[in-house]
Parts: sequence; structure tokens; C-alpha cells
Amino acid sequence: MKRYDVLKTLTPVLKDSLVVCNIGAPSQELFALNDNVNNFYMLGTMGLASSIGLGLALTQDKQVVSIDGDGSILTNMATLATMANNPPDNFVLLIVDNGSYGSTGDQPTYAGRKTSLSAVARACGCEHVVECSGPETADAVKSALSVGKMTVIVSKCASGNAKVPVIDMNPIVIRERFMSAVQAKE
Amino acid sequence: MANPIDQKIINDLIANQINFVTSVPCKQLAGVIEILDETDEIQHVPSNKEDEGMGLCAGAYMGGARACILMQNTALGVVVNSLATLIQFYQIPLPMLISYRGEVGEPVACQVEMALHTKAILNQLHIPTYHFHQPEQVRELGGILNHAFMSSKPVAILADATFWKGAA
Ligand SMILES: [Mg+2]
Repeated sequence: MKRYDVLKTLTPVLKDSLVVCNIGAPSQELFALNDNVNNFYMLGTMGLASSIGLGLALTQDKQVVSIDGDGSILTNMATLATMANNPPDNFVLLIVDNGSYGSTGDQPTYAGRKTSLSAVARACGCEHVVECSGPETADAVKSALSVGKMTVIVSKCASGNAKVPVIDMNPIVIRERFMSAVQAKE
Repeated sequence: MANPIDQKIINDLIANQINFVTSVPCKQLAGVIEILDETDEIQHVPSNKEDEGMGLCAGAYMGGARACILMQNTALGVVVNSLATLIQFYQIPLPMLISYRGEVGEPVACQVEMALHTKAILNQLHIPTYHFHQPEQVRELGGILNHAFMSSKPVAILADATFWKGAA
């Protein structure tokens, strides 16, 4: 199962969450599948979807899901320690681990070889870490959201991107639209 | 050991409704960080690296907080991409209180190397930059913090060794 198909299964699960999505193919696929006000798309800055989601979860009460990639978390792995030591109950970090740098031509990452991202997250002190397959991902996210404890989910799936266009939305429009969703009453 | 200027800096952060701070430590910032950890009005979430810190601040800002980062000037070598493609591209206000190592009074020669690039990097990025050299310049801090939020821009406050020494 590839990222696009995993994201497709997440549409109903994520409908009440704020979503911070990783740069490149993940954001483009999410945008094409289910663009809505609850999504914040990263148009640049590899590696920070996890940290942006953490900052957002620490400062307001709504549920936050960051959709990250294996290559991306590898560039900012120490943020798993920051999360573990400052864990907001309303935060889920979903790492779509396809073992490759999807947005740059599917070059292999170390996560597809010897490095286990779930073991890294546990070693950093994250208390709720789930490793699952692509088809199990939606259930894993659903259950993490209902448990209400900060959870890291490592979804092992196949590499490859869907053919979707680049996001043409202005960054300030993305941010302001997202911030009105953050502030909206439930 | 914290001293009155460290407390004054924290008071200015509070007076400007800054309620989320991330930091990567520097010797010169030790007193500020010490008081920060005893300040209930501000949530302090230390970062491992300054680009991570910019991500935390961007998220905190979108969560409704007013965020600030404490860092050393050497880290400007780390955060150029985050400043350009996250903080500036999305127009996120971010005061950066920067310990300016490598200026007169610096004991470590290597620190001078990044001091030489500090203002050049900030100029290149068109970041409003204020250099605190004398302790009394701290009175401008409140206005500078306000300026960052008014303009939705990153703003740099460079506080050098003479500033911290004079304040001790
Ligand atoms: Mg990948």
C-alpha cells in the first residue's frame, strides 16, 4: 500500500483533527484527496512537520495530527526527544515510513534498511508508539485519537507517489485559513 | 546566577504577552533561562536544535500563542532555510533573542568566525536587527518585541559580551 492509498483511508478518521502535513508529495496528495480548512500544508522546510504539530498541540486544546515521512523525521530525529519530554495528550505523530525519499525520486532512506523509527521513538522516551502496516494505519490513528495520549505511529508502507499537481495556494492563505480553523468553536 | 537584567528581559517578554519560549542554551543566556524555568506565565520548551525551535514557534503561533526563541548567533548557520521558507514565507512573527558570541571580550577564538557572518546573514535575509552593546539598551526590548508582532516578521536582538558583562 502506497502513501496515497493510506491517506485516502485517513479522510474520515482525520475529519475533526487539525492536520500538519509534510512538504512535497505528502502535502500534494493530501491536498488533492481532501483539501479542507483543517489542513496546514508545508510548502518548504523539510523535517519540521513534527515540531510544528508539537508546538500547535502544546498551545491549544484541539486534536493535532502531524503527517510526517521517514526521510523527514530522520532530518529532525531529536524532536522525538522534545515530544517525549513535553508530551501533549492531543498530539499524534504519524510517520508514513515508505523507506524512501518520496518527493525526490524514491532514493532509499536508512529507515528502510537497519534503522527502526519506532525503536528510536521509544528510546527517546515516547510512551505510546505503534508500528503498523499501511492497511492498519487508519485504525491505529483512530484508536490513538480516542485514547487521548500522545502517540507516535510508524506506518510501514510501499514507496511511490500519486500523480497530483503542485499546491498553488498562497502560503499566507494556507496559514490564515488554518488559523481560523484552529480558533473556530467546535 | 541570574541578575536584574535577566529578570528585566523576562518581564518584558511577559509584558508583551509572550507565553511560549523555546531555547538552545548559551552561557550568556543562562540567567534568562534560569528565570524562565521559574516563570509560570511562559511555557518553556527547550529545543535540541534551532531549526526545530522555529518549527515549535511556528506551531505555537498558529495555536494562538506569542512565541520567542532564545539562541546563540552561531545557530544562524543552522536556521537560514527555516527562516526563509517557514517563518518569512508564511509571515510568522518571531522575536529571536540571540546571544552574540565572538565580539570584543570573547575568550574563544572560534566564536569570532560566526560573529563575522552574523549581521551579514541577517542583512541578507532582510531581518530587522538590533544590537545590544550597553546594558541600558535593554530598555528598547519591549518596543522591539512589539515590532515583531506588528510586522509579522522575524526580528533579531543581538546581545554581545559587553552587554552581559555590564549587566552583571
Ligand atoms: Mg518516505
